[in-house]
Amino acid sequence: MTSRSYLYYPGCALQHRSHAYEVANQAVAAELDIELVELDDWNCCGATEYFTINRLPAYALVARNLALAAGQDGGDLLAPCSACFLNLYKTDRHMKQYPALAAKVNKALDAGNLHYEPGTVRVRHLLEAIITDIGLDELRARVRRPLYGLNLAAYYGCLIARPYPVFGSPEQPTMMDRLLEALGANVVPFSLKTYCCGGHMTQISEESAFEMIHRLIKNAAESGADALVTICPMCQLNLDIYQDAANKHYETNYFVPAMFFTQTIGLALGLAPDQLAFGQEFVSFAALIEKIQDAPPPRTRPERRPKQALPMPAMPEEV
Amino acid sequence: MDDRRVGVYVCHCGHNIAGTVDVEQVAEWAQRLPYVAVARHFQFMCASTGQELIEEDVRELGLTHVVVASCSPLMHEKTFRNACQRAGLNPFLFAMANIREHASWVHPNDRDGATAKAKALISAAVSRVLRQNELEPIRVNIHPATLIVGGGIAGIQAALEIADAGHHVYLVEREPSIGGHMAMFDKTFPTLDCAACILTPKMFDVGTHPNVTLLTYSEVENVEGFVGNFQIRVRQKARRVIEDLCTGCGTCWEKCPIKVIDEVFEAGLGYRKAIYRPFPQSVPKYPVIDVENCTYFRTGKCRMCEKSCPAGAIDFDMEDRIIEFEVGNIILATGYKLFDCRRIPQYGYGRLPNVYTSLEFERLTNAAGPTGGKVTLRDGETEPKSVAIIHCVGSRDRNYNRYCSAICCMSSLKFAHLVKEKTGAEVYNFYIDMRPIAKEYEEFYHRILEEGTHFIRGRVAEITDAAHTAEEEGKTIVVAEDTLLGRQRRIPVDMVILAAGLEPQADAAEIGRMFGVGCGTAGFFTERHPKLDPVATMTEGVYIAGACQGPKDIPDTVAQGAAAAARVLGVISQREVTLEPIRASIDESRCSGCRICNALCPYNAIEYLEAEGVSRVNAAMCKGCGTCVAACPSHVITGAHFTFEQVMAEIDGIMVDVYSESPTAPLAEIMA
Repeated sequence: MTSRSYLYYPGCALQHRSHAYEVANQAVAAELDIELVELDDWNCCGATEYFTINRLPAYALVARNLALAAGQDGGDLLAPCSACFLNLYKTDRHMKQYPALAAKVNKALDAGNLHYEPGTVRVRHLLEAIITDIGLDELRARVRRPLYGLNLAAYYGCLIARPYPVFGSPEQPTMMDRLLEALGANVVPFSLKTYCCGGHMTQISEESAFEMIHRLIKNAAESGADALVTICPMCQLNLDIYQDAANKHYETNYFVPAMFFTQTIGLALGLAPDQLAFGQEFVSFAALIEKIQDAPPPRTRPERRPKQALPMPAMPEEV
Repeated sequence: MDDRRVGVYVCHCGHNIAGTVDVEQVAEWAQRLPYVAVARHFQFMCASTGQELIEEDVRELGLTHVVVASCSPLMHEKTFRNACQRAGLNPFLFAMANIREHASWVHPNDRDGATAKAKALISAAVSRVLRQNELEPIRVNIHPATLIVGGGIAGIQAALEIADAGHHVYLVEREPSIGGHMAMFDKTFPTLDCAACILTPKMFDVGTHPNVTLLTYSEVENVEGFVGNFQIRVRQKARRVIEDLCTGCGTCWEKCPIKVIDEVFEAGLGYRKAIYRPFPQSVPKYPVIDVENCTYFRTGKCRMCEKSCPAGAIDFDMEDRIIEFEVGNIILATGYKLFDCRRIPQYGYGRLPNVYTSLEFERLTNAAGPTGGKVTLRDGETEPKSVAIIHCVGSRDRNYNRYCSAICCMSSLKFAHLVKEKTGAEVYNFYIDMRPIAKEYEEFYHRILEEGTHFIRGRVAEITDAAHTAEEEGKTIVVAEDTLLGRQRRIPVDMVILAAGLEPQADAAEIGRMFGVGCGTAGFFTERHPKLDPVATMTEGVYIAGACQGPKDIPDTVAQGAAAAARVLGVISQREVTLEPIRASIDESRCSGCRICNALCPYNAIEYLEAEGVSRVNAAMCKGCGTCVAACPSHVITGAHFTFEQVMAEIDGIMVDVYSESPTAPLAEIMA
């Protein structure tokens, strides 16, 4: 495999709160011969809030990163956080779509002697880049510790699926499902895979946030998932840090660890748990590692349907 | 100057032309063109008064050629040719200048420009018409037989109309039995009479009619020829059951050990054997062997059907049969395909067991269906206590199909009634708009309202199994914005029915190409005129009927089937058809026999005469497309009505100086 190099925009969350994600990203990247070159002098993307408060400065804030990226390398810019990805992607698209906006944003960028020509930088999410550029076959070949016996729910969250369907279907994406299968895990059907995790709702209305978090852990547990796999620090934070509080609020006792997807990949590639910053989570991964088996679990025969039962519609591999 | 005298008529087309083009000035200017004896302008040239104007002038002023400047020749060329003919002028001494589509409509804000362009177009037509020759139409006999493709209710209706009128019909159906979608339905709206009860007598009539050749399990492979004289080749797939011996007793499929899901007739909800006939009232009654699933064809062993058949009718070695015949007219009645609900993953079809499609529900509620008509969940036994019916699935949705599928409102109402009648369940209909628009449909809607069905206006966002509350546990939850209430609603139900939209058949474009019929943006066959000629197509002798032309319910489908039949009977009763004499011809004395034209002709109308060493055009097969004319390296092929001189004269005419007081085409002298 040839080595690859990408410009990388870690985002604020990975600097502190979700440091484990950054550790796993770097470890997996090294293992896959990917060089993640951090964008020099990057700034916050404005997260989910700034665009709803003051739009033009929000665009300018994001466009500064795009302008820096264009100047430093151009080409692809990878973001591991869904909010960062969406803001960068959206700003690029909107500047292209609305020349008047692009003019205003560039006027603001003038102050820092920067300029961004929309369309120059290709904004991508880390997950999509790994799946598309490395490919599932290559990943499968690199798996040294298949995640046999692990039942995982692929949780995409809301920002990545909509409004730009870069992950396939905006309602039922399957990209990460295929990835987890390639790692040897059993992917459980998870109906809420593109539901919102609550975002920063915990800071505004705890009750609303608990409702949103609780329905995710409940549905994942009921679907038979041993863990949720996330691709966004916000999602992971809500599911992990607030799982206990949400359980208490609803007087339930669900236990569903929330991993970053690179932690899951790393585990399958044979990296040691401490190389992937295991242990920093609130809902412990320890039991998961125990659960991994040496061989694929025997194929359970499908439950015999009663004689009078009606057949289910045939489902093609990918719809 | 010789004695040629041209009459020019400039049409106002009400406001359509006169609103933009200065028709008075144009007529006055045209009067000064060489050979023009008279130039007039008139409000509606196509009206009888306009046509009479031409006829009078031909008789009284001795016009030798006529030009009408109005709309597209597609619209009224025939009208004005007929006017010329009535006045005793050969209709091919007429030319049309299109100053509506080519001038007024496309330059609505440029009066001077449009007026100048109208003058140029008229000059071109005058210059051309002066070089046109008298032509006589070609007459060919019409073969009285008709091909009907598709044995659903549209094809059945058309076949019976024509056969009853005493003419022969070849009815070709892809499946082992005729009947189409209608044979799968339980009840029909709004009268709730049983679909089979009204359809099967018609199927039987078609199957036994002396004037009908029924070709089931067959597909048209090739079509050649033209109106009145089509040569058809049909491939009849091998049934592997000898029809002359089979009595349809059913022993073979009772003995057959292989059970497969019936994806066609039972919509995937029921089973059939590897030797099967789709349903008890199938026409014809003979079964077919499904080679892909038959044990004998897979392993060379079994032969249970052969051993058990009391008539000895099983023939494993039977081969496909090619059948060739001639017809004069063709009706396409190829029907529709149901929208694939798996394309909307958030509706859970295929994932959530108790989400059904409309066609699955038709089978579920049908007394001859897999549950014997019992409405149950996917477990085959539990009756639902609450059912949601989702309208417009795949229709009126820019992600899938923008059009309205026309039947779903009514079939959803029918489903609501049947569910209530059979189970007493609570029924929730999620709709965008209610469109029960035909006779007695609104009354049916009110009947369903009075039965207590809940109507929630709002497109469903999602159908999920993820329960939020205790009462949602174990249910299928329908999430929608109730746009009348202005809030989101979650309705937990036991069963969901998706009223899936109607789509063109998967191979509609391919079939269309074979028969020379175009498809519109949605993929349905295009009619000759959306209002005034809904069953004819742009190809003479080829008609369309039923849902292949666009989504429609049974009454409309039957009406179209009968309409297409009436059109065909009209053509047959004329005994012969007049073809445009616009044909290519080869000057054999100058043909070098290079044969370049032979292979280029898209209609195989050019044959090479070995003995003479020249090529010759078969006038009956030639469509006058002009390909060979342009390709001939010796310039010895001429297209009648499109000769070199005529086309050059037209070009010359359009180069006129429209601002000149005494206009002449620049090369007129040389050309003359």
